[in-house]
Amino acid sequence: MHGLSLDIPDKKTVVIIGRSGCGKSVLLKHMIGLLKPDSGKILVKGKDIAKLDDKELDEARKHFGMLFQGAALFDSLTVAENVGFALTRFTKKSPAEIRKLVKEKLALVGLENVEDKKPAELSGGMKKRVGLARAIAMDPEIMLYDEPTTGLDPIMSDIINELIVELQKKLKMTSVVVTHDMKSAYQIGDKIAMMYEGKIIEEGTPKEIQHTKNAVVKQFIKGSAKGPIQVLG
Amino acid sequence: MIQSSFEYIGKKVTMFLSEAGKITRLFGQVLFWTFKKPSEVKSIFEQMVIIGNKSLAVVTITSLSTGMILALQTGTAIERKISGAANMLGGIVSLALTRELAPVLIGLVMAGKIGSAITAEIGTMNVTEQVDALKTMATNPVKYLAVPRFLAAIFMLPLLTIYADLLGTLGGLFISLNIFDGTTGGYFESLNMYMRLDDVFKGLFKTVFFGAIIAVVGCQRGFETEGGAEGVGKSTTSSVVISSMLILVTDYILTAFLW
Repeated sequence: MHGLSLDIPDKKTVVIIGRSGCGKSVLLKHMIGLLKPDSGKILVKGKDIAKLDDKELDEARKHFGMLFQGAALFDSLTVAENVGFALTRFTKKSPAEIRKLVKEKLALVGLENVEDKKPAELSGGMKKRVGLARAIAMDPEIMLYDEPTTGLDPIMSDIINELIVELQKKLKMTSVVVTHDMKSAYQIGDKIAMMYEGKIIEEGTPKEIQHTKNAVVKQFIKGSAKGPIQVLG
Repeated sequence: MIQSSFEYIGKKVTMFLSEAGKITRLFGQVLFWTFKKPSEVKSIFEQMVIIGNKSLAVVTITSLSTGMILALQTGTAIERKISGAANMLGGIVSLALTRELAPVLIGLVMAGKIGSAITAEIGTMNVTEQVDALKTMATNPVKYLAVPRFLAAIFMLPLLTIYADLLGTLGGLFISLNIFDGTTGGYFESLNMYMRLDDVFKGLFKTVFFGAIIAVVGCQRGFETEGGAEGVGKSTTSSVVISSMLILVTDYILTAFLW
């Protein structure tokens, strides 16, 4: 990434689109401090995430939720232990209260009676939903989604998209979604930003993006092999 | 030709120093987080069960066969010159076992069994972004993953070694009774004559270091893993090789200082 600038409005969903390997996930990991930039700032509520020490960063991360591409569930723990992970560590709630909250969060993502299963027993779509339940367990203010629909069948993708929209309405979070799934981008985004060659080359509402005059964005959203984007090999 | 040889050696030395630096750094972090509250009590006990209970079979076979082989080899050699080898076997077997063989063999076997498992588990967590997920949930991976494994290893390795000392000695007794027509009384009399309690303690002291090496190297290789299944395989192999080498080198250094 070089010379990248992006503003994420409060309580809105911004979708970052771009080709695989263009650095979208890297950008997302910078936002939560998993990676640090060589130069530049990442301002979250006025604080530069890249300048925080480990303790401050951990405090800041308690306001974040993140859904990973492969869900990243802890495979040695059950679904309930995964979803209740942060609740157990950072709240003084009793195991019974945590169990109740876990059930509620799982219900929010449309799952029930899976609490005692291990991640290996779940399908790809279920894993994503459990990952989503884990990410929203602490009622985060900022939610990051890394390729939420990748690897899912079209119906499950639609279910996940609807879930993201629904959660956004219910929990009023600021969301950043990284995807190359245009159907998903139009469905969930208040704003779409296109990343290309390490920069944000265009941003706007889904409608503005659909009617863009930028040839690169046009080629990408149409999914065409011909155009200014050079495909090697 | 000469230049490329020097370049090759230089690269290898730099790589070695870099790896040694990473392992030392993680060791420092593990010590730092060990004393930070709250402790991961549940995880520490789980790891103790994995390292201790689930290794009993392999430790049993290793120690029993070592004690028996030692008695058989030394007994046969002594019998060539002196008759009545059985009366000396108790001292020889127990001394060799407690001072050297049990600690170092258990260390090496556990480097293969536990070190590889630690690296494979943490390595897989790393490549499937589970380690990143921990960080996003404000949880330090060193504290959550490395510290429990470190504490469990430095606690369980001495216990496993005590068990190995006992079993190996009994294995020697079995050979003494059945091959060299010895007596139980004679075997333990010889043991009593040659062995001191500090032989056992010095051996156990070494295993604390071996446990630390296995856990820290295992975790470090795991955290450094990248590149999917192939990466996990490479890290696991290097974890066992590095731990084994470090155990042997540390064994010599500790032996030189302790005796």
